[in-house]
Amino acid sequence: MGFTMSEKIMAMASANDGINVHADDIIWVRISKAMMDDVLGPRLEIDDILTDLNASIWDKDRVVIISDHYTPPANVNQADIVKFTRDWANTHQVDHYYEFAGPCHQVMVEKGHVLPGEIIVGTDSHTCTYGALAALGTGVGSTEMAGVLATGITWMKVPRTIKAQWHGDLNAMVMAKDISLKTISVLGHAGATYKTIEYCGETIDSLIMDERLCLSNMAVEAGAKAGLIRYDAITAAYLEKFGVTETFEHINPDEDANYETVLSFDAQELVPQVACPHEVDNVKAVSDVSHVAIHQAYIGSCTGGRYNDLLAAATLLEGKTIAKGIRLLVSPASKEVYDRCLKEGILTILADAGATILASSCGACLGIHSGTLASGEVCISTTNRNFLGRMGSKSSEVYLASPLTVAASAVTGYITDPNAISGGIND
Amino acid sequence: MIKGKVWKYGDNINTDIISPPAYLELSIKDAAQYTMAPIDPNFAKAYQIGDLFVAEHNLGSGSSRETAPLMLKALGVRTVIAKDFARIFYRNCINIGILAIECASTDKIRQDDVIEVDYLNGMIYNQTTKAHYSCHKIPEHIMAIINHGGLIQYLKDVELKTT
Ligand code: SF4
Repeated sequence: MGFTMSEKIMAMASANDGINVHADDIIWVRISKAMMDDVLGPRLEIDDILTDLNASIWDKDRVVIISDHYTPPANVNQADIVKFTRDWANTHQVDHYYEFAGPCHQVMVEKGHVLPGEIIVGTDSHTCTYGALAALGTGVGSTEMAGVLATGITWMKVPRTIKAQWHGDLNAMVMAKDISLKTISVLGHAGATYKTIEYCGETIDSLIMDERLCLSNMAVEAGAKAGLIRYDAITAAYLEKFGVTETFEHINPDEDANYETVLSFDAQELVPQVACPHEVDNVKAVSDVSHVAIHQAYIGSCTGGRYNDLLAAATLLEGKTIAKGIRLLVSPASKEVYDRCLKEGILTILADAGATILASSCGACLGIHSGTLASGEVCISTTNRNFLGRMGSKSSEVYLASPLTVAASAVTGYITDPNAISGGIND
Repeated sequence: MIKGKVWKYGDNINTDIISPPAYLELSIKDAAQYTMAPIDPNFAKAYQIGDLFVAEHNLGSGSSRETAPLMLKALGVRTVIAKDFARIFYRNCINIGILAIECASTDKIRQDDVIEVDYLNGMIYNQTTKAHYSCHKIPEHIMAIINHGGLIQYLKDVELKTT
């Protein structure tokens, strides 16, 4: 019996190198990188615990700190937290510190901090994003992070794996976000708890890295520990930008690996999807909710604010104007994405259509600044969570969809299938 | 053996409910008074030390924010019981020394019931309804962490000593 990607990656990181590990084993593993953000990073327990332990950071070069949730700060509390985080990084000589650079996960991959086969922990649940680069990224709490900072190791239960196979070509106006929402609706929001989802099949093989990152990012919305995608030529090309020439085929799953469940999907049957309030698995076809009026449309976050997302939205919106009385907010997923879209005129197209371009930030995604929803308001968003009150008021509602669906909805003011709007990328 | 009065909630009590994002910028002590605020503003005011927190499926889903168990801990919660837990929340509880117990029958436990939890033998006794339910025994390695009062003390006592 062969091994899954999680088993291979965890075997390499386990205390006795080379010894095979199996799903359900509880083992101590060496951590390759530790990522902290501002909101749940050093300021929350971690600083106190390290002081209490009288421990120093086990390997400063493996630590990355990113102030993203509270940048730019909306009030004094937030400003103080960013300042604390910056000062902490400085005092602890953590050179990999970023602020005003965008949501942490996009910054991590863009700055070359994620390599295939690594185990990466982060103080944010969407650390599973790194699975797109065949790295086992997973979210941890502050106490666990403090333990990792002091020792470089942590305890893990080797996850069982659900194989999610997608076959065939995607239809026009369908994106990775739709694949993600469909898969989560079948698994249920807790269907992959303590498990890994391995996304595979020729549909996934043909996705560009921006799209793969969206898929892995949302694995935790089915409860998963990680959302892995095998290493291939697309991964290699992406890594080449950071000068990585090493190859990583050895971490790909064996043909006869032991999967707990194998799900099979036909991409040809997939139409644009939307997750309705207040759970990510409450998924319907966009065309089934097209009567819902919106107040805000949001394109941004570590889920749906990458270059390809903004490009898709701009292609659909070029020469059009958003509906009267609604607002379209766009927050590129990183400063790099921002700069590239600015240079290529993508931001101009979006702004001409009526969009407000925001800083690269977490802000609106979790309702803490730059686009908080009022009572009773409805937002359609490219983000990853639609929980009660996620983007603002307890009585607001969030629908999750692809950048194309969000852009189409901004044009009509109602939740709209992008196929109903002319001028899309596949038009 | 633990005994206490029950605060009872249903499925999918996620971290945005336990620890609303709007209060994340406060200290844990100040934020604790908003624990569960979106669905039960009374909880933080009326919770008494020793009371048990019981929910059904998928307790603690969503964010990795340790503020959720930390806010519960700040109010005095030491034991949480659910049919099943979201992964990060479960780990966070263990790592900060909160006993997280899986019990398939929490739908039979009601608000204000008084229950006894025998976590070493995997049994819960409901004094109010006189019913027994089985629950998971706590795995050995997790009990080791709990016995040291959480991950940090465990690391101090065991891992940092040997490395
Ligand atoms: S963009 Fe949203 S989901 Fe991503 S790290 Fe920020 S708050 Fe979390």
